[in-house]
Amino acid sequence: MIDVTDLVVSYGTATALDHVTLSVRQGEMVALLGPNGAGKSTLANTLAGILAPVSGTVRIGGRLALIPEGRQLFPDMSVADNLALGGWRSGQRDPSAVYELLPRLAELAGRRAGVLSGGEQQMVAFGRAMMARPEALVVDELSLGLAPTVTADLAAHLAELNREHGLTVLLIEQNARLAFELCHRAYVLESGRLVAEGESAELAEDPRVASAYLGGAIT
Amino acid sequence: MSAFLSYLLNGLAVGCAIALIASGLVVIHRVTGVVNFAQGTFAVVAGLCASSLLGMGLPHGLSEVAAVLAGAVAGLLTGLAAIGRRGTSPLSALIVTLGVGVLAYAVEIVLWGDQPRSAPGLAGSVTIAGARIQTQHLLVICVTAATFVLIALFFGRTYLGKALTACASNPYAARVVGIDTRRMGLLAFAIGGLLGGLAGVLITPLRPISFDTDVTLIVNGFAAAVFGALTRPVITLIGALLLGVAETMAAGYGYGSHQLEVALGLMILVMIVQASRRSTIHEETV
Repeated sequence: MIDVTDLVVSYGTATALDHVTLSVRQGEMVALLGPNGAGKSTLANTLAGILAPVSGTVRIGGRLALIPEGRQLFPDMSVADNLALGGWRSGQRDPSAVYELLPRLAELAGRRAGVLSGGEQQMVAFGRAMMARPEALVVDELSLGLAPTVTADLAAHLAELNREHGLTVLLIEQNARLAFELCHRAYVLESGRLVAEGESAELAEDPRVASAYLGGAIT
Repeated sequence: MSAFLSYLLNGLAVGCAIALIASGLVVIHRVTGVVNFAQGTFAVVAGLCASSLLGMGLPHGLSEVAAVLAGAVAGLLTGLAAIGRRGTSPLSALIVTLGVGVLAYAVEIVLWGDQPRSAPGLAGSVTIAGARIQTQHLLVICVTAATFVLIALFFGRTYLGKALTACASNPYAARVVGIDTRRMGLLAFAIGGLLGGLAGVLITPLRPISFDTDVTLIVNGFAAAVFGALTRPVITLIGALLLGVAETMAAGYGYGSHQLEVALGLMILVMIVQASRRSTIHEETV
């Protein structure tokens, strides 16, 4: 569903992604780990078509939606309008399917997006991405700045969509515990290069990954 | 008292024309971040077109609509020049709009000459509470009121209007959901052209228009738009009405040759106040 081959993306003279190759099969849920500045968001924006690659190829086998880092809502607009604009590409303006998936959003529909809590805003960003009726979803930092219970709630929705509707997911995370729990496979990106990849269980055993992302041995 | 009321009503009409120019500036700035100094040109193009079309014997209504559309086309062409290339910064685009304004002088002189032209508008006048007001002035006020209502409905209620607002609110997020921000910017320029054109068509019967009338128009429009911080249409409307009334009062009470200075003085005052207010806010958030 998502095939990235030998991708190079740069900002002027600074190379953000250096010959990255990765793939996510249809219906798969894969994690991408890495510290700040590794190039994770650059990859997300390139997959969404917002950034253009210098070289290499990006192939997407269906409709792709992005939940960007920092939610990126339209703060002065209502939740309902934010959702409606999420359907710009798909032509879907009626949010009832998203309300069914995330009933809390129906209660928030008339509120201004900018005044909501972080968790509620992330839910709006989630709902807005789902309005595009995506076959593949790229989630950039689901857990950033959110309380663990809120993250767990959103992660459960994501897992359900993956399991029951076959939604392909690339989960970009700094929280490796969450990523390994949700995804069976993961990539590790550092300074624009992929430095590790494999089954989540194996990566969690890898001492380098464990010390960098899990704060030592897994308990 | 009736002189005062008369100046007030005429001032409101002048303010309405300024408001149309200013609202075009605001629409373009909100969506693209570009300050469009060719905004006065759209009014001049439309005004001169209306004068020519009516001179050719085309009926009222059709001539005015065609002239307003010419303003929209001028807006779209300016947009293509200013933001047509991807990655043009708002500052570069601003310089391009200045260039377009200068180029337009040459085109207008070739097409229409350098003498002021007028166009017939609504003849006659009506008396309101003892004050006489030209019918054309009343038309300007009514059309402007209707236009502002339509703009508010378009941006607040329609899907396309909300997409345009989205580009203004968070351009990155707009691109995330798949909105082509460049195309939306061009649409904003066309709407700006339409609004400028409307102003031009409405004022040409009141004061003859020539290729360089755009300077007066843009100075007044910019002063009002700055009053609304280039983003808030309602405050801009209030600013434009205040400016129109202040200028007309100044002219009415014997300072007729200083209208532009009034606008410039108010504009600089507002800019200084706005700039100091903004830096205070900035310091508070840092």
